[in-house]
Amino acid sequence: MKCLSRLAIPALALSTVAAAQELHPVGNIFNPQGTPAESVYRLSLLVIAVCAAIFLVVAGLLTFTIMRFVRRRNADDNREPAQVYGSNRIEVAWTVIPILIVVVLTMATARAVVTIQNKRVPADALHATVIGHQWWWEIRYPDLGIVTANELHVPVSSVDRPTLTFLRLESADVAHSFWVPQLSGKTDLIPNRINSMWIDPKQEGIFLGNCAEYCGMQHANMLLRVVVQSPGDFEKWAAAQKLKAASDADSARSTFLSLSCISCHTVSGTAAAGTFGPDLSHLMSRATLGSGVIPNTPENLRSWVKDPQAIKPGNLMPNMQLNSRELDQVVAYLGSLK
Amino acid sequence: MSIASYNPGVTVQIEALPLPSKLHEWIVTVDHKRLGIMYIATSLLFFAVAGVEASLMRMQLAFPNGQVLPPEIFNRLFTMHGTTMVFLVGMPFFAGLANYLVPLMIGARDMAFPRLNAFGYWMFLFGGMLLYFSYIAGEGLAGHGTAPDVGWFAYAPLTERAFSRGTSTDYWILSIIVAGIGTTASAINVIATIFSMRCKGMTLARMPLFVWLMLVVSAMVIMALPPLTAAQAMLLLDRYLGAHFFDTQAGGSAILWQHFFWLFGHPEVYILVLPGFACASEIIPVFSRKPIFGRAAMVGATIAIGLVSVSVWAHHMFAVGMSAASNIFFVASTMLVGVPTGIKIFNWLATMYGGKIRLDTPMLFCVAFLFQFLIAGLTGIMLAAAPFNWQLTDSYFVVAHFHYTLLGGLMFTLFGAIYYWFPKATGRMLSETLGKWHFWLLVIGFHMTFDTLHFAGILGMPRRIYTYADGRGWGTLNLIASIGVIFQAAAVACLIFNIYRSLRKGAPAGNDPWDAWTLEWATTSPPPEYNFAVEPEVRSSRPLWDLKHPEDPDWKYE
Repeated sequence: MKCLSRLAIPALALSTVAAAQELHPVGNIFNPQGTPAESVYRLSLLVIAVCAAIFLVVAGLLTFTIMRFVRRRNADDNREPAQVYGSNRIEVAWTVIPILIVVVLTMATARAVVTIQNKRVPADALHATVIGHQWWWEIRYPDLGIVTANELHVPVSSVDRPTLTFLRLESADVAHSFWVPQLSGKTDLIPNRINSMWIDPKQEGIFLGNCAEYCGMQHANMLLRVVVQSPGDFEKWAAAQKLKAASDADSARSTFLSLSCISCHTVSGTAAAGTFGPDLSHLMSRATLGSGVIPNTPENLRSWVKDPQAIKPGNLMPNMQLNSRELDQVVAYLGSLK
Repeated sequence: MSIASYNPGVTVQIEALPLPSKLHEWIVTVDHKRLGIMYIATSLLFFAVAGVEASLMRMQLAFPNGQVLPPEIFNRLFTMHGTTMVFLVGMPFFAGLANYLVPLMIGARDMAFPRLNAFGYWMFLFGGMLLYFSYIAGEGLAGHGTAPDVGWFAYAPLTERAFSRGTSTDYWILSIIVAGIGTTASAINVIATIFSMRCKGMTLARMPLFVWLMLVVSAMVIMALPPLTAAQAMLLLDRYLGAHFFDTQAGGSAILWQHFFWLFGHPEVYILVLPGFACASEIIPVFSRKPIFGRAAMVGATIAIGLVSVSVWAHHMFAVGMSAASNIFFVASTMLVGVPTGIKIFNWLATMYGGKIRLDTPMLFCVAFLFQFLIAGLTGIMLAAAPFNWQLTDSYFVVAHFHYTLLGGLMFTLFGAIYYWFPKATGRMLSETLGKWHFWLLVIGFHMTFDTLHFAGILGMPRRIYTYADGRGWGTLNLIASIGVIFQAAAVACLIFNIYRSLRKGAPAGNDPWDAWTLEWATTSPPPEYNFAVEPEVRSSRPLWDLKHPEDPDWKYE
């Protein structure tokens, strides 16, 4: 566990890949950066205002009643106060007024539900599929032929060039939930079911999110990053991801391919075609390892390959018991997958 | 005017029996008062256990990258904490209160089915023991074993054998089924008692509100538990006989479990909180020296809550991807619950208005309950607005919201009820000084912990995470929340010491220490085994008021 604390403290430090982009680590729902989150924010202001008003009135009345009618010791006579049993007129009043408030809030809410949920898919929208796994995110762009993990790259949406990203949400095992608070509310990823949601981030940068449905032992470390890029940067990123994995480390590659790594992991263009774990074809383009548990640095990569259980206990990648030569080679090979 | 007018010449004699005989008496008892006390004592024991579990979790979360607990232990702790609080603290505490008080309040000598009553208690106790036995006997793979770790609502398919190996989930299923049998038995008994054992003149219209609310709660138990029991049985079939109800790998439905569970789970929230309302509805009038304002409206609102509460379950599922139309239906039904709940708060307020409020410990707890439950209700409205819910659900905001409801609402009235009825059950007063320490420490601790957690949720902190990284804005809030636990623990220590001290040398209570109006105060403290030597006869909803104020009795107005 000591090892974990050493690794995890700089967890938010960035690798060189993403250093140019601003990180938004605090998912404040009142600081929305996309249309769905903004719609929620606007609705929430109305709901909060109504609730605050109700609170002030009722809490004020309560406070007044207690202050005014608390029995004072000096003025204490033993007579009971006037016995009042109720009043139908008053009961009707405080039944009807709340009903009216409920009607107003329900209508406003219904409108927000429909605006967000029944959004028409524009022809030029980007489509991505997010598949929840215990405890990482598989991310596919079917139209672009890209498979990656734990980082969802999307182009920024501006007034001149609105770009919506539609997400198809699935799960490979148990229920998970996709939540990047500044971009949108959460939607669950449920096995045997296809859900969808959409985002249109209006600011470049990296937005952090978490899995928001308890999904087992490492639920806490199923972290998610949405990397919002300018359209140009996004194109560049997509072009690089589309390429087959290229490596100049030939002997390291053959060691990697001789080990059982390939039962679970894919490296495009090689015999490694496992689908149980994250695709490693462009591992070095990602900022973190283990679904956000540690930054992707050479030392961390080595520690992870050596014993992933020490860093993220319970995760489904076993300690492969590599000897030091194998470890060097595997890390060298992975390090070459730009 | 002699208050104990239904017990002429009765003196309670406590014989000094040797310990084994005393224990034997408690174990074989079918007396509703003893069983009530056993329910309450057992649930307080489980409350302490759940409190320790919560404290351990708060220690782990006090700082980012906490190293106090490994993830598997943490996950077991929140599963056990939730399951314990709902099934082994909330429900049995009020089963205990209902057991103790309903016969006394309706002038009966016992429950309708005394043996079923004892059966219910022992099923609850064995269910609870079965749950905790998993720590010793549960088996599983490394990282999966011993106590259940699937969360208290145990979403499928995490509970299927593919993801939950070993027997821990089976302990969870079976213990809840067993405890549920006990709860159902107790609910049937309460209903039968209320309908068949009322004393002369005790019409339904004259029944104390406490009894009315317990009647509604018992009806809700009978409505709500079957879907849970059925779902548990299906899950067992999935796990052992290859059924595929929730087994998504074989075409089962994960959402089906959620529907079944919340069809139980939401009425359950009201099953937990209505008994709190029941206590407040007795305590607030007595300490305001006025009858409850709008009795009929209070009863109507309770029944309305009971009815509406079975049509709101899917508000726990706004994020599962239901259609816009279903989402809007559940928004409307959920917001609608706010109306009868609001009526209740207004009626309590109106009861206090114009009274002479005595701020003794039971009333202090009820006043805090009113403020806290108001806030819980309003954050509930926020959660009912589906889009807002998409942000807030499964975050720490929800954790804060339901702790406001169940701790700030339920537990506060529970403590108020202890201070109010302890003298009746033991013949001794609890210390007011220690009671006020208990109250204020709890208020401080409660608000430190749960006010801050709302903000952690707003800043994107999901629930049920065993750790979080530095720099996400959650550290300070979590630290304050964890410090609050120290105050809450100190508060509970005050209560325990208070009870211990009072049992030994508390001031004698007399029959009617609070100058109250319902029938339980018309007998000795503690009441004799047969409760009333003479069957009481009542003419209004406040029989003792009538006795104490023959010049201005209630029956003239009812």
